[in-house]
Amino acid sequence: MSQQQIDRAISKEYAAGFTTNIESDTLPPGLNEDVIRFISQRKDEPEWLLEWRLEAYRDWLQMREPSWAHVNYPPVRFNEISYFSSPKALKDRPKSLDEVDPELIETYNKLGIPLHEQEALAGVAVDAVFDSVSVTTTFREKLAEAGVIFCSISEAVKEYPDLVRKYLGSVVPRKDNFYAALNSAVYSDGSFVYIPKGVRCPMELSTYFRINEQNTGQFERTLIIADEGSHVSYLEGCTAPMRDENQLHAAVVELVALDGAEIKYSTVQNWYPGDAEGKGGIYNFVTKRGVAHRDAKISWTQVETGSAITWKYPSCILRGDNSVGEFYSVALTNNAQQADTGTKMIHLGKNTRSTIISKGISAGKSSNAYRGLVRMSPRAEGARNYTQCDSLLIGDQCAAHTFPYIESRNPSAVVEHEATTSKVSDDQLYLCQQRGLDAEKAVSMIVNGFCKEVFRELPMEFAMEAGKLLEVSLEGSVG
Amino acid sequence: MLKIDNLHARVDDKDILKGLNLAIKPGEVHAIMGPNGSGKSTLGHVLAGRPGYAVTAGSATLLGQDILDMETEERAHLGLFLAYQYPVEIPGVSNMEFLKASVDAVREARGQEAISSVDFMKQARECCKTVDLDQSFLKRGVNEGFSGGEKKRNELMQMMLLEPKLCIMDETDSGLDIDALQVVANGVNAMRNAERSFILVTHYQRLLNYIEPDYVHVLAGGRIIKSGDKSLALELEEKGYAWLEDAA
Repeated sequence: MSQQQIDRAISKEYAAGFTTNIESDTLPPGLNEDVIRFISQRKDEPEWLLEWRLEAYRDWLQMREPSWAHVNYPPVRFNEISYFSSPKALKDRPKSLDEVDPELIETYNKLGIPLHEQEALAGVAVDAVFDSVSVTTTFREKLAEAGVIFCSISEAVKEYPDLVRKYLGSVVPRKDNFYAALNSAVYSDGSFVYIPKGVRCPMELSTYFRINEQNTGQFERTLIIADEGSHVSYLEGCTAPMRDENQLHAAVVELVALDGAEIKYSTVQNWYPGDAEGKGGIYNFVTKRGVAHRDAKISWTQVETGSAITWKYPSCILRGDNSVGEFYSVALTNNAQQADTGTKMIHLGKNTRSTIISKGISAGKSSNAYRGLVRMSPRAEGARNYTQCDSLLIGDQCAAHTFPYIESRNPSAVVEHEATTSKVSDDQLYLCQQRGLDAEKAVSMIVNGFCKEVFRELPMEFAMEAGKLLEVSLEGSVG
Repeated sequence: MLKIDNLHARVDDKDILKGLNLAIKPGEVHAIMGPNGSGKSTLGHVLAGRPGYAVTAGSATLLGQDILDMETEERAHLGLFLAYQYPVEIPGVSNMEFLKASVDAVREARGQEAISSVDFMKQARECCKTVDLDQSFLKRGVNEGFSGGEKKRNELMQMMLLEPKLCIMDETDSGLDIDALQVVANGVNAMRNAERSFILVTHYQRLLNYIEPDYVHVLAGGRIIKSGDKSLALELEEKGYAWLEDAA
C-alpha cells in the first residue's frame, strides 16, 4: 500500500468514519466503534454479531488491564495498534491451494509447513490463518463425510449461525476479562469446529497461526463444540518471523464438551520472544477455557517457548458430574522472557476429577511463574484434584515462582498439590559431557527428560517438534 | 597412552595435586591407592576435565595429544572414560536414550559410522547381561532410583558401549558386595586388550584380586610417592600408608 493510499485511508477516517468500504487491506491504527463497524462490515456479519462486538467494546472501555500477573512490560498503547489486516488480493476465499498466493505458500514452506505434504503425509486437515483471514482450508470434504465442521469462524457465522450464536461467548463471556472483552470487540478470524453426536473425528485437526504484518494486533477467536459422545483432537502451532515492534496478541479459545464428549487441545507456541533483552517480542494475552458437561473430558496440553510476555491460563469448568479436566504444560523462558501461566480447574459437578502437571523451565534472565486455581464448589461431592508443579532452573539469573490457589468448599473433595524446584546441576552436565555430549545437547536432553510427562500427552509429531523447539529455544543458555 | 608430567592442580583455591608424574602404556592396568584426601579422585577429574578443577602447572597427553586444553567432551571423544564414584541421576532421560546419544556423539566425533538403533539395542541388551542388570534398566531414567551397586554396574555398561582407550575407574569397588565386585571385575577383564589401558583408583586390595594390575602406585600429598607391582598392594594392606608417608 502506498503512502498516498494510507493518507487517503486516514483522512477518510475523519471524513466518513470508516462506514464506507476502503480499498486498503490494513486499517490505520486506532480503536473506536467505527473500527468495529468496519471489521463487521468487511466480514459481512449479521446485525446481532455487530451488536455483540459493540457491547464488548463498551464493556472493554470500562475495564482495566489486569496487573496481578508476575510480569513487567511498558503499557500497551491500544490506539497505536491496527485492528484489521488481510493478505492482499484476497477478496474471495480460494477454493483450493492452487488459488492461493504463491508467496504465501512459500512463506509456509519456509516455516516447514508444506500444506501439500501435510495433506498427504500427516493426514491432518489444516485451517491456515495468515494474519487475520483464513486463506485456505483442506480436507474439508473428508471431514464433511463424517459430518465434522471445520472452517473459519467467519464462515461459520454465515453457514451455521445458530451454532455460533448459541455458543459464542458461552464459555468466555464478553466481560470475562480485559483481553477477552477486547478480543470479543475486534476479533478478526479463527477456527470453528463442530463434531456431531457420537462422531469420532477421523483425523487430528490443526491450525497454524502466523503473525506477519507490521504493527497488527492478532485477535483470533476459536470455538470448538463437541456434541454428545463425540471425540476430537485439535492441534494449534505457531511461529513468527523476526520483527522489531512489540505485538499484542489476545486470543480467545472456547471449548464446549457436551455430555460424554472429549476434547483434546494441544498447543505448541513459539512466537518471537524478542532479542536477548526482550525487545520486539510478542505479548501474548490469551484466554482459553472449556466447559465439560456430564461424563465429558477436556484436556489441555501446551508447550510454550515463545513470546516476550505470556499470560495464559487454559482452564476447565467441570460442570457435569463425573467430568474430567486435564492440564499438561511445559513453559520455557530464556533471556528476558516472562511467563505467567497455569490453569484453573473449577469443580462444579459431583465426582469431577482434574489433573495438573506443570513444568516450568527458566534460563537466562527470564522469569517463569505458575499460577493455578483449583476450586471445589459446595456441590462437588467426591471431587478430586492432583497438581504437580515442577520448576527447573538453568543458570543463576533466572527466576521461578509458583502461585497455587486452592479453594475447597466441599469436605469430601480431595486436593493434592506437589511442587519441586531443581537446577540443571553442574554434575549432570559433567556426566553428559564426559560421555561425549556437548553442553547444549546435554542441557536439551536433561530438559527434555524433565518434560517427559507432558510430552507424552502430545500427539506424536508434535512431541518430536516440541523436543526440537526446546533445543532451539535453549540455544546459548549455557556458557 | 597417557603421559602426565609434573601435574599441579587446585580445587577451590586448595592445591591438591603437587607435581604428579605418571606414564601408562597401551594395554596396561595401573592401580592407584593412597590415603583419604591424597588427590586420587582429583586426578581422575582433572584428566576428565571437570569444571572448577584448575591445572596450575604441568602437562598431560593422551595418545600424544595435550588434553588439558580440551573440552570435557573432546577428551571423551579422544577415548577417555571416567567411571564415577558417585554417578548422578538424570530424571526422565532414559538410560537407553542417554547411551544412544553418547555413543552417537562419540562415534561421530571419531569419524565412525553411525550405529543403527536396532544394532544398538542388541548391543545394549548384551551389555545388560554382562553387567547383570535387568533389561528394564535401559528404560529407566539415568541412575534414577538405582542402588549404589546398580549405579556402578550402569557405569560399567556405559564404559563397554563407548569403547574408550583409557578407562579411569574411581572407586568403582566401593559399596559393592562380593558378587557385584566379581561382575564388575569380569566386565573389566573382558575389556582388557593391548590397545586399552586402565587406571583403577581404589582403597582396597580386594579389587586387585579380581583385576590384576601391572603397576600399583601410592598417591599421597598430591604426588606419587611409591610405585611397584601388585605385591605393593598386599604390603599396603598389611602396613597401611603411614610408613610411606613418613619416608616421603
